[in-house]
Amino acid sequence: MFDEKDLVLEAKHVTRKFTVSGGRTLTACNDVSLNLYRGKTLGLVGESGCGKSTFMRLVVSLDTPTEGEILFNGTDITKLKGEQLRQHRQHIQMVFQDPTGSMNPKMKVRDIICEPLLNFGRISKSEKDAKARELLEMVELPGEFADRFPHNMSGGQRQRVAIARALALEPEIIIMDEATSALDVSVQKTVIELIAKLQKEHNIAIGFICHDLGLIQSFGHEIAVMYLGNIVEMFPAVDIEQCKHPYTHALMGAIFDTKMDFSKKIESIEGEPPSPLDVPPGCPFQNRCDKCMDICKQEKPTMVQVGPDHTVACHLFSGEVGA
Amino acid sequence: MLLEINDIDISYGDKLTVQDFSLKLGEGKICSLVGESGSGKTTVIRAVLGLLPGAGKVTKGDILFEGNSLLQYSPAQWRELRGTDISMIFQDSGAMMNPTKKIGSVFVEYIRTHKNVSKAEAWDMGVKMLERMHLPNGDNVMRSYPFQLSGGMRQRVGIAMAMTFQPKLLLADEPTSALDVTTQAQIVRQMMELRDEYGTSIIIVTHNLGVAAYMSDYLVVMKMGQIEDEGTREHILYETENEYTQKLLAAVPSVGGERYV
Repeated sequence: MFDEKDLVLEAKHVTRKFTVSGGRTLTACNDVSLNLYRGKTLGLVGESGCGKSTFMRLVVSLDTPTEGEILFNGTDITKLKGEQLRQHRQHIQMVFQDPTGSMNPKMKVRDIICEPLLNFGRISKSEKDAKARELLEMVELPGEFADRFPHNMSGGQRQRVAIARALALEPEIIIMDEATSALDVSVQKTVIELIAKLQKEHNIAIGFICHDLGLIQSFGHEIAVMYLGNIVEMFPAVDIEQCKHPYTHALMGAIFDTKMDFSKKIESIEGEPPSPLDVPPGCPFQNRCDKCMDICKQEKPTMVQVGPDHTVACHLFSGEVGA
Repeated sequence: MLLEINDIDISYGDKLTVQDFSLKLGEGKICSLVGESGSGKTTVIRAVLGLLPGAGKVTKGDILFEGNSLLQYSPAQWRELRGTDISMIFQDSGAMMNPTKKIGSVFVEYIRTHKNVSKAEAWDMGVKMLERMHLPNGDNVMRSYPFQLSGGMRQRVGIAMAMTFQPKLLLADEPTSALDVTTQAQIVRQMMELRDEYGTSIIIVTHNLGVAAYMSDYLVVMKMGQIEDEGTREHILYETENEYTQKLLAAVPSVGGERYV
């Protein structure tokens, strides 16, 4: 689907385990392999606690994987240390879910968005005013906002400032962790439109964490569905209606849409995912799956290709290898 | 009419927050208040329960519950009404629970405040309610602290508490917006079951138009403290000519709908 020359980041068999009390280990990410391409958006979807944020934290080098490697333009970023790591951070930036929590309430917007530039010596202090103005205008905010404090702005405006800060260093990759879930739908729409526009202009790779399939299919290129630390299905966003995994179907069934058929009962899986501390052997989704077979309880399914750029890890489709 | 809100104004101090709001709700009906943050949705339902924070006050109009004006109620009458005839579910039920107390102790205290029963009886009632809300092993939940439960479970505990005395009116303030989509679907389904089983009327405040449309018989769109548009679900979704409503509807992402890339 994507051009190999646009590949910027390649995560290969990344596993992250945490040691918890009682000598047990919690596997937050289990053998995850994902790629990010220039100018494309990868949506990572799943319920809370499925490991999607942990994976993105590894990509941003806020944490290091237990196993596996993450290649950025060919270099393994998990091995970087000290000044090299600091310099590398310019290339991958992040936008957080709660823009209020990720900004210093005592700093003015001008200082917030120019701080990364000053840290890397890209501008001098005298250029701050002009640069702040330019960045604010890029995210469609008036330049006068440079003099405001975060609390003088609405949630949507703060999130725009957060995007301006992430873009300041002209990174190749931006990771957005539920960047719009704290916003109203109407504001969410305008922020998504802005992200899509900036992506086209700057040719940035975006990794977008989300739990709403309806939202991510509206502006993503590729979607990866994660469950209990495992990627269970990957498909191009345009093919969302062809999704195959029972879990993806369950997520689809849980979308509330104003154009839906209201006489239809909402079909959603019951219960919650099991604790990642005692993942059952076999398929991680077995105890909530209505199509669970004997083999699912014994053997963990592997990813098989079921269509162009469409892979799924489910025993129902294991027979279709070689598509 | 179960609840009649007649042309009320609500102010915080000198600041007029909600203006000329009216709503009639019959038995067994579900009504949604939708709108952006700051449009006054929560203020309205808090006024119904007499829970306006700070200097908030209803300055004009009247709120009638089963024909009686709520605004004339004394604090003792309010106490009698809250939690039995009218109850409320909050956005984050975890935040309303005392973090240093186990669910069971809060639940038993709540039941015994409103009903003259022994601790053991109250405990059993609590367990039964939790299990009715599809929480597995209610006894275990009663022995847990709020932080030991997931967000979805806490929300279910909140709903179980609110439904204990089978209220005639349930007020829900963004009950699903802090939850995962899958948990949201389960909670929405459970709230609709309450209406079908007990005939509870529900007012739900939400900014999720998809949820509002799925659940409600009647929708009220609010903007800057005033009613911008209102009508039955069919009217709001398909017939309305109000620009603001149409803008809100267009902003809901839908599968197979608009794509930005």
